[in-house]
Amino acid sequence: MTFLLGQSMTGGYGAADILHDCTIGVERGEIAVVVGPNGAGKSTAMKAIFGMLTLREGSVTMDGEDITALAPQERVRKGMGFVPQTGNVFPSMSVQENLEMGAFIREDDIAQTMEQVFELFPILKEKRRQPAGELSGGQRQQVAVGRALMTRPSVLMLDEPTAGVSPIVMDELFDRIIEIARTGIAILMVEQNAKQALNIADKGYVLVQGRNRYTDTGATLLADPEVRRAFLGG
Amino acid sequence: MEALNALALLGNYLIVPGVTYGCQLALGALGITLIYGILRFSNFAHGETMAFGTMVVILATWGLQSLGVSLGPLPTALLALPVGILAAIGLLLLTDRYVYRFYRRQRSTPVIYLIASIGVMFIYNGLIRFIIGPNDQQFSDGSRFIIKAREFKQMTGLNEGLAIKTTQGITVIVTIILVIALFWFLNRTRAGKSMRAYSDNEDLALLSGIDPDRVVMIAWIITAALATIAGTLYGLDKSFKPFTYLQILLPIFAAAIVGGLGSPVGAIAGGFVIAFSEIAVTFAWRKVFGYMGYETDSLMQLLSTDYKFAVSFAILVIVLLVRPTGLFAGKSF
Repeated sequence: MTFLLGQSMTGGYGAADILHDCTIGVERGEIAVVVGPNGAGKSTAMKAIFGMLTLREGSVTMDGEDITALAPQERVRKGMGFVPQTGNVFPSMSVQENLEMGAFIREDDIAQTMEQVFELFPILKEKRRQPAGELSGGQRQQVAVGRALMTRPSVLMLDEPTAGVSPIVMDELFDRIIEIARTGIAILMVEQNAKQALNIADKGYVLVQGRNRYTDTGATLLADPEVRRAFLGG
Repeated sequence: MEALNALALLGNYLIVPGVTYGCQLALGALGITLIYGILRFSNFAHGETMAFGTMVVILATWGLQSLGVSLGPLPTALLALPVGILAAIGLLLLTDRYVYRFYRRQRSTPVIYLIASIGVMFIYNGLIRFIIGPNDQQFSDGSRFIIKAREFKQMTGLNEGLAIKTTQGITVIVTIILVIALFWFLNRTRAGKSMRAYSDNEDLALLSGIDPDRVVMIAWIITAALATIAGTLYGLDKSFKPFTYLQILLPIFAAAIVGGLGSPVGAIAGGFVIAFSEIAVTFAWRKVFGYMGYETDSLMQLLSTDYKFAVSFAILVIVLLVRPTGLFAGKSF
């Protein structure tokens, strides 16, 4: 039984479906990466799993529980953390306040979780009084990931976390994401930088036009000449 | 000595009234900026909200006065403030429930809200005239002055007097207390931070589990309190006449926009910029120049006081042309 599973998802925003019988799943402690060409429905698949899109068919289950009908906010309470691609921080609020707002639904003491986030991203501790909007792109992504971690989620979903950051910062972010997965959190990630992302993936999904095209371990997909030629640029 | 006389003259006609007026505008602009930050529209009914709250305060003041209650040297209206605030909160929450909530559910654009708020303005307008009438109402009591001009002259031996009215003193003190309380709320409390988060990034705030209805409700409650207090202070200072609260809408909006819509610090700074410009431009500088050793027959007045509203309008236009996000970079239109 897969820990988080979007099974045979079909649906879209309007009359036309974007996803067709699309299945994506991830286990605790694993990294699953969704790649594919532009307009393949990668982000849409992610949004469907998070409940920002109503499914016509298919289901989403987490830890064996059917959560298909839950709103995104309720899924956050169930243990999902979501980092949107854009607008993922509160720009005028300080780094620390961003983390506090991430933990808004928690009633208990959040100091320990914040300390863990600061351990993971030491630069945030240094800049904790600075408004998030004044940070560099890479640092802002760290705030966004840190914010999502504040609810102590069992699943972390990242929509193109490395969009617009330099290759060095990207490697750094991927290292942190591996670290997060090692703590037992399931990570589901949509990525443009397919090669690098599949490199760290336990499981890879190649989507084309809203359908599963290839599904395998990250290493196998990277080694598959057909996948390489069609989707990874040789 | 001459310089001191000039200073006393400036203090009496420019600084004291400027600070007082600036406080009143700042409190009004804070209400505008809060609603803009949270509900994302320019609330044209804000002036009438001030008038409504003040009207209830006046009615309650009369009630207290007829019961023989008084605060000694302070105006009885201070005691009646909570009644006015509660009434204004009730009015705003009812308006939100029956007017703005509809548009929120429709996800209307800001301009629709703005038009709706003009309608609300006319309704409040009628309601106020229906209850208290369009005329001037006096409700200030207690002692009139903290320092009288004559006492100041005797004390210092200067030719120029410096008078500070009780209402001016109260305005400044109340504003300082309110601003400290507001910033403490916005920066230190969970509810306040959730309001800033909602104003910053609505989608992410929803994702974080912040309840939008609660944020909107708190915004209206704070706005009602600020509007009532600002209106009452203005009324105590200048006497209450419903029409003046429609007129004051322009300088208040100018203050909020000059400071940067959505920025509370900006609203306060904007209030003082507008107040001092308005007074400085319409002030007759002749005597000040006289003390500085420059005698002239001209009044040295840039604009007649009849045109004081033109000042805020001119500043508004300049700011929108040169720096549309305002001094403290709020949200631009």
